Amino acid sequence: MPNIILIGINHKTAPVALREKLSFSEEETLAALEILKQHPGIKEILIFSTCNRTEILYVATRSGTVDALITFLSGCKQVSPSEFVPALYILRKDEAIRHLFRVASSLDSMMVGEPQILGQIKQAYRMAVKAGTSRVLLNRMMHKSFSVAKKVRKETGIGDNAVSISYAAIELANKIFSDLSTKTVMLLGAGEMAELAVDHLISHDVKQIRVSNRTFENAVSLAERFNGQALGFEERVDALTDVDIIISSTGAAEYVITADQVRKAMKKRKYRTLFFIDIAVPRDIDPKINELSNVYVYDIDDLKTVVSSNIQQREQETVKAERFVSEAVIKFRQWLDNLAIVPTIKALNDKMTAIVDMECDKTLSSHLSHLPEPDKDALRRMTQAIASRVMHDPIMFLKHTGGHRDDSLYLNVARQLFNLDMLENQ
Amino acid sequence: MAIQTGNTLLQIAFLFYVSSLAGYLLFLVRQKEQIQKISFYLIAIGVGVHFAGMVFSGAAIRSLPVQNLVQNLSMAALALGVMFLYVRYKFNLKMLGLFTAMILSVTMLAALLLPDTQAPPNEALKGIWFYCHIILIFAGDATLGLACGAGILYLLQEKGIKDRNPGFFFKRLPSLDFLDTVSHACITTGFFLLTLGLVTGFVYAKVLWGKFWSWDFKELFSMGAWLVYAVLLHLRLYAGWRGRKSAIMTIVGFGIIVFTFLGVNLVLGGHHQEFTK
Repeated sequence: MPNIILIGINHKTAPVALREKLSFSEEETLAALEILKQHPGIKEILIFSTCNRTEILYVATRSGTVDALITFLSGCKQVSPSEFVPALYILRKDEAIRHLFRVASSLDSMMVGEPQILGQIKQAYRMAVKAGTSRVLLNRMMHKSFSVAKKVRKETGIGDNAVSISYAAIELANKIFSDLSTKTVMLLGAGEMAELAVDHLISHDVKQIRVSNRTFENAVSLAERFNGQALGFEERVDALTDVDIIISSTGAAEYVITADQVRKAMKKRKYRTLFFIDIAVPRDIDPKINELSNVYVYDIDDLKTVVSSNIQQREQETVKAERFVSEAVIKFRQWLDNLAIVPTIKALNDKMTAIVDMECDKTLSSHLSHLPEPDKDALRRMTQAIASRVMHDPIMFLKHTGGHRDDSLYLNVARQLFNLDMLENQ
Repeated sequence: MAIQTGNTLLQIAFLFYVSSLAGYLLFLVRQKEQIQKISFYLIAIGVGVHFAGMVFSGAAIRSLPVQNLVQNLSMAALALGVMFLYVRYKFNLKMLGLFTAMILSVTMLAALLLPDTQAPPNEALKGIWFYCHIILIFAGDATLGLACGAGILYLLQEKGIKDRNPGFFFKRLPSLDFLDTVSHACITTGFFLLTLGLVTGFVYAKVLWGKFWSWDFKELFSMGAWLVYAVLLHLRLYAGWRGRKSAIMTIVGFGIIVFTFLGVNLVLGGHHQEFTK
């Protein structure tokens, strides 16, 4: 039985500072995959890193791999294990599969339903393929995750949720400011959701966009995409004096903007209106700031209330999406179970017997119907024997386990050659 | 004869105001642009008829028809109507029509119900300084009234947004910035007119009584209102008193103006009193 394991941290378990320490750029991912594929206990592996999560999904062939990976992470990122292990989740088998499917379907995102995540997962998969670390199991699992994600997006209203929340934010901005084209927007954190919000703002043509991020490179690259200006994370407080809308999605553990900072900034900006949109979980903007005059703070829950579509419907959509994920997990599980030697051999034998029986019966009941019963039995035995002899070598080959060969690869080929997963493939 | 025609025209104007109010209330609920347009035209026609009525009333006494309380109320309503048409032409603030129609209907109802005692012609209430004083003060007060209206709309919209519970008014009112802009424009215009009105009043007093200032209650309260707006404008420039604080101040300021206009005469007395009996 292949042992599928997923370890990782995300925005729910780790503060942004820790997530950033453990994040992997594309080059780092490829380099890490090259090293990790040498590990004897790891058969397939994939590293998935965004600003909200770093996850390693792999197939283990022996125990002790989790510790090995923790040591690897600690060495590679210069973080002591005591710092990140408490935030680490270790999921196995069905739990790991379910987690992957939920992440791909954007059910585990900071803002549920945001669409960027699927593209990021596909990118992580491409890198694993490039490094040659994704084979039968991960290939299948990743493709399955893509199709679940697509199904969730297409058949539930989850995607509308994220869109409608940023739409609500724009609507609010329009009820606070009379002309957005004279307003400057500052993004705190260059996260998935920030991009989505900005995509919407761009269509409303704001005057300027500034991006402030803990990792300056990310700020620069996001600012470039929107023709904006990148700011250092420390500059965010000074910027409060001349920006008008702040969209925050850093998800830092503590408040990124405090009431005191805003109070001072408001004085400097002569109390011109300031609008905070805090989409981070946990919150970035001290809710007390809303009590200052001419300052408005909306966090993600406030925005959800504004979205007029009723909450119950959205919950139903989530329930539906979770059901799609569960279905996909069960199907994948079945495929995995069948990817063992005994079920494959049994499926092969069953299929051959069925074919031989059907053909025998057809002939014996038409052209050869004049034969006496004993002759018919003899013919049946003969055809069965032929089938068994034909299947003998392939079955022996499958049974010949051991060595360093990848059983699941050959089992998968066999199942595909003989089309044994007909039902599951539908 | 002229008095009779004048009164009839005022009654017709009142009917236009009331139907406009009904229209704006319907618009508030249904949000049909057509209803809003009709309501606006009703006010506009009402103001025209009202103006004609005041011309007839004035012709009858060969002066501005501000000799008693009824005429003063009617004049105040006319000033509000005219200034509303102007503000509405400058800014597309539809809901200000509701505020105006409400005030116009109530004021005109009072003017029509109160006994219109014919005061003996007062020769003091004539002359260029008097006319300027009256017209500027009424126009200024009316504009500050509209500032108060915009301020109330601002507070309604602001409360919903601040409480993170945008409700009934959220979609029906424009942005806070816009409401604040309208309110501020009304304050500056109204303040300017009020200042001129007070100055012409001083000159008129000097001509009539030989002194600029006579510590009359109405004078005191007028100066009080003027100071409120002066302080508000100052604070807006130098301490950023905009938005909510400014909106509250417009309401306070207009409260003082209304009290100066009615309350002082009815409660405190003074040399302006005789005009509003």
